[in-house]
Formats: sequence, C-alpha cells, structure tokens
Amino acid sequence: MVGWAIAVHGGAGVDPNLPTDRQEQAKLLLTRCLNLGISALRSSASAIDVVELVVRELETDPIFNSGRGSALTENGTVEMEASIMDGSGRKCGAVSGLTSVKNPVSLARLVMDKSPHSYLAFSGAENFAKQMGVERMENDYFITEDNVGMLKQAKEANSILFDYRIPTSGYESCGVGVESPITMNGLPISVYAPETVGCVVVDSQGRCAAATSTGGLMNKKVGRIGDSPLIGAGTYACDVCGVSCTGEGEAIIRGTVAREVAAVMEYKGLGLQAAVDFVIKERLDDGKAGVIAVSEKGEVAYGFNCVGMFRGCATEDGFMEVGIWE
Amino acid sequence: MGWAIALHGGAGAIPVDLPPERLEPREAALRRILQIGVSALNARCSPLDVVELVVRELENCPHFNAGKGSVLTTNGTVEMEACIMDGNSKRCGAVSGVSTVVNPISLARQVMEKTPHIYLAFDGAEAFAREQGLETIDESHFITTENIERLKQAKEANRVQQDYTPPFKPEDKKETPVPDGDSKLGTVGCVAVDSLGNLAAATSTGGLVNKMVGRIGDTPIIGAGTYANKFCAISATGIGEAIIRETVARDVAAVMEYKGLGLKEAADYIVHQVSPKGTTGLVAVSSTGEVAMPFNTTGMFRACATEDGFTEVATWAI
Repeated sequence: MVGWAIAVHGGAGVDPNLPTDRQEQAKLLLTRCLNLGISALRSSASAIDVVELVVRELETDPIFNSGRGSALTENGTVEMEASIMDGSGRKCGAVSGLTSVKNPVSLARLVMDKSPHSYLAFSGAENFAKQMGVERMENDYFITEDNVGMLKQAKEANSILFDYRIPTSGYESCGVGVESPITMNGLPISVYAPETVGCVVVDSQGRCAAATSTGGLMNKKVGRIGDSPLIGAGTYACDVCGVSCTGEGEAIIRGTVAREVAAVMEYKGLGLQAAVDFVIKERLDDGKAGVIAVSEKGEVAYGFNCVGMFRGCATEDGFMEVGIWE
Repeated sequence: MGWAIALHGGAGAIPVDLPPERLEPREAALRRILQIGVSALNARCSPLDVVELVVRELENCPHFNAGKGSVLTTNGTVEMEACIMDGNSKRCGAVSGVSTVVNPISLARQVMEKTPHIYLAFDGAEAFAREQGLETIDESHFITTENIERLKQAKEANRVQQDYTPPFKPEDKKETPVPDGDSKLGTVGCVAVDSLGNLAAATSTGGLVNKMVGRIGDTPIIGAGTYANKFCAISATGIGEAIIRETVARDVAAVMEYKGLGLKEAADYIVHQVSPKGTTGLVAVSSTGEVAMPFNTTGMFRACATEDGFTEVATWAI
C-alpha cells in the first residue's frame, strides 16, 4: 500500500499579463478538480476511474481548452481529442476529431474498454459515440465567445509577423502595452490560449493512470491532430508512472515526451522528479511544454520550460499545491 | 561505414505453406523495390528521399497492405495512413483516414514540410492533398478482389484481422471480436541510413481488415510504428494496438540510448522479450550502418542490403 497522489493541469504557456481575476478563476477550478479527485481516492476509487472523473470536470468547465471552451479550428468549429491510459496492463484509448461528444475523455475510455481498437477518429469516433449512447451536444455548445475572439486575433497574428496585439476579448482590465515577444506555436502568447487539460493519479494500490484532453491549437487546420491523443506523446502510463503533457504539440510528439519520462525511469533508473526535469531540459529541443507525473511510489512531480503552467497536485499525507507561475 | 537499408511488407502469421503464386510476387516485388532503394543510396540521395521513394513503390504494389492493395474497413472502404520521420531533426509527418491519395507517404511528407503541424487526418488530410496538388484518384483504385474476399471472410468469422489470414474454416470458428492471435500482415515500411549516419524511417498501411471506420493504428503514431533519431530508424508492423501500447519504435531507440545496447540486441530485446508473441515485427538501421529485422510472428516479408554488398530477401526465419 502506498499513499495516493494526484496532479492536474490546465495547460502550459500562460500569458504573463493574464488578468488576476482570470488567474483566480483558473486556480479555483484546479482546486475544485483536485478535491474531486481526492474524495474519490479517499473512497478507494481506482486511478483509471479518478483520472476520467477529474478530466470530465475539466472538460465540462469552459475555462480551459477542452470540451466546452475548446480552441477553434481555422473554420471556427471545434474538433476535440483525448486519450487515457491505465498503467496496470497499459490498456489505452484515444479519440480525435470529435464535434459533438460532451466528454471526450469518456469516449476515449469506451474505446479502450468497449472496442477492439485503441484509437478512433472523426466520423468513425462520432458513430461509436452514438452507438455507445454517450452524451452529445450541438457543436456550438463547445464554442465560447472568448474563443471566437481569440480565433480572430490568431488569424490576424498569423498574417502579421511579430506584431504583438493587446488582447481585447475578455481582457478588459488589461491595459498595459507590453512588448513581450513570447510566442508559442507561432502565436503571441496572448492568443495562444491556455491549452489542454490532464490528470495523473496513483491510487493506494500503486496503480498509475493518465488522461489528457484538448480542443487543440487555436486556428489549427481542420483535421490537425496534436499530441494529446497520441499514446507516448501527450499521455502515458505504465507500472512505474503516469504522465500527461501540455504545450507545443509538435514538440511533444517529436520528443515522445510522456513515454520518455517513463523510459528514463525504467532504463536509466531516474526518480520521478529527476526524470521529469531531464525530459523537460533535454527532450524538448526548442519546444515549450509542461509535464505532470506521478509514480507508483506515491510521488508527484511536474515541470515546464515555458512561462507558467496551470497545475495542482496533492498527496495522501496532506500536501496540496495549486499554482500558475514558477 | 557504408549505407544500409531495410524494408518490410508486413509481419504476421504468414503460413509456411503459402502457395507459390502468393509468395513469389511478393518476394519478387521486395527484390525489385530493394534495388530501387539501393540505387538511390548509391546515387547519394538522402535517406529521407530514399524511404519515401521505397514506400511509394510498396504502396503502388497491390500485393501489400498499403496504398493499392490496402485492406478494407468494415464498410468496405479504404482508410490509409502513413508516417515519415527524419532522424537528425526529428521532424515528422503523419496522415490518417486518406482514401483518394495515391501515395499517402508523400502526403505525410508534405505535412512535415509544408505545414506547422505533424499530423493531419480524414477530411483535413484529403483537402490538404488537393491544396498541394498531390495525385488523387477514385477510391476504387486501391481496392483489390483479394481484399474484398478477406473482408468477407473476416465478417463471417466476426473478427478484425490483419490481411494475411489463411482461408477461414467454419469448424475452427473462434469467437474473437478482438484483433489478437490471428496475426497476419499489415503495413509496409522502410528505414535507411547513409554513409554519414543520417537516418530516416517511413511506414504506410491500410490498417486491419474489417476495422471500424475511423480506427487509427500504430503506423502514424510517432514512437509506436515509426521513429527515427540520431541513433536509429525503425518501422514496425503487426498488431497496431499492441505496438501502440509497447511504444515499440521509440523503445528500441531508448534501449540503445539508455542501456547502451547495439541495434540488434535492442531490437531483439523489444521484439522477443517485451512485445507479446505474435504481434510485432520491425526493420531497423542504426547510425553505424547496422541492420536488424526481428519479428515474433510466423513470418515477415522483408529485405535489406548494406553497401558492402550484403543483401537478403526473406519471409520466414532463416
């Protein structure tokens, strides 16, 4: 028996000018989700159930970029993706290109448990959702006004090099004309949009699990798939750990980041935090990303090489932390 | 050190009594296509160009499960996927759900080189192909009578299978809606290294027979079916769901890097000690010109060559 541990994230790469009320809202959500996970863990829920439960909560809330509140494609629509992995047995499930499924992570779980496959996408995934009877909504349920505004700015940013624009939509209190050149995925940080959500858990039996969910990159090409649904990139869990990543999807894919954390633990014998630090430092090249992870020993760790990551973590011995910046 | 190249036309339960008329065209194709790769390497083409070129040939050949000759979804349609990766830069490109693009591997390369993304799928991938002016054709071009037959058998047996199942006999009907044990071949791939140690990998497939519409396998998942870095280049084949879970391609490279194993040892370790039997085969080359082609299935259509003149074309264990 080990002590359980849980970590959640709401995206790496945060606008340093993010208004304080938005920061507070985000922290409240992270806290609420952590507490949800903690209650479940105290009732001996398994890691795989807890990660799904927590990510559902993150998807349902419009603050972060997943489920409702997802970033928009170049066409102004929503295409959501998610993946989930159960460390004991390493079963996994993933979905991409969802347009109507209220909780993508739950559909990913059904792919894992109820289909002969590991990954379903686009119309095939939507058909499966209908067959499974999961809750579905009209595409505009997922679209928020904030994101419509962000999309517009992203399109403008993509055609204007290095012209940092002060965000207007939803950022009424931000009046500072800062010339920050911070960009992620080619967009100024203000329109990059908080990314992806995720949760990793180790339960009191030492079983690890991980889940990640996202709307993807703002203004992405229709059909673009990022790291979140790719096992080994955005999500991974095995006997020794559970990992969920967020940030520049292409860098995370190229670095097979989630698998890498586990691989250096398994093959180099690094401990959890050392593994996270190593991967962030050595495996992202010029990419910007963040990682949360738990180990079978009940440890929790996180790391990021960009400006801020919305995150929270807690362990059974009472430790709890929610943060955004370093 | 000289160049090295290895390619495969799928691993699976290829029966040892496969009739000559089914074996010979495949081995002949492997020989011919290997020579194309060899000529390109001798002409000092980059490994990235070589793997794309070779996989295009394999896609065009109707005897393998990629491009023309792709196995069919449960709806009788074709949904192809492909992936390419450059070892030095770790740039990569992948596509899924492609139904009209004559050479999915070339589309994957375009995604890598012409977009800020790595992976495009379904309608988005098809639209991008048209934007880029890639050759497209009616879906019926890819569908062969053999595959229509395979789908029919699979539906009768109510299973999802790779494309090399021996004809189904009613008396040995097993009840497996899960793709397991019945491993046959799937996927084509190529890995290459030049004399400077530059590496590249490419994989392409039609997927599993009778797969659900929208099912994505290991091929387009970086680290699962395809991977290249400065240590090695890997293309895997077998049961996609198992290859994803085992992150096969990445693990071979990881074991080389972190445990200091040579290519053959690393590849053997992953295929024979880690991956479940009957699920996995791969071809691999290393930055020092080594080649490995292990498989834990009955057979794997494969071929390799090194600059010093060694060549091999084979289907079962030697």
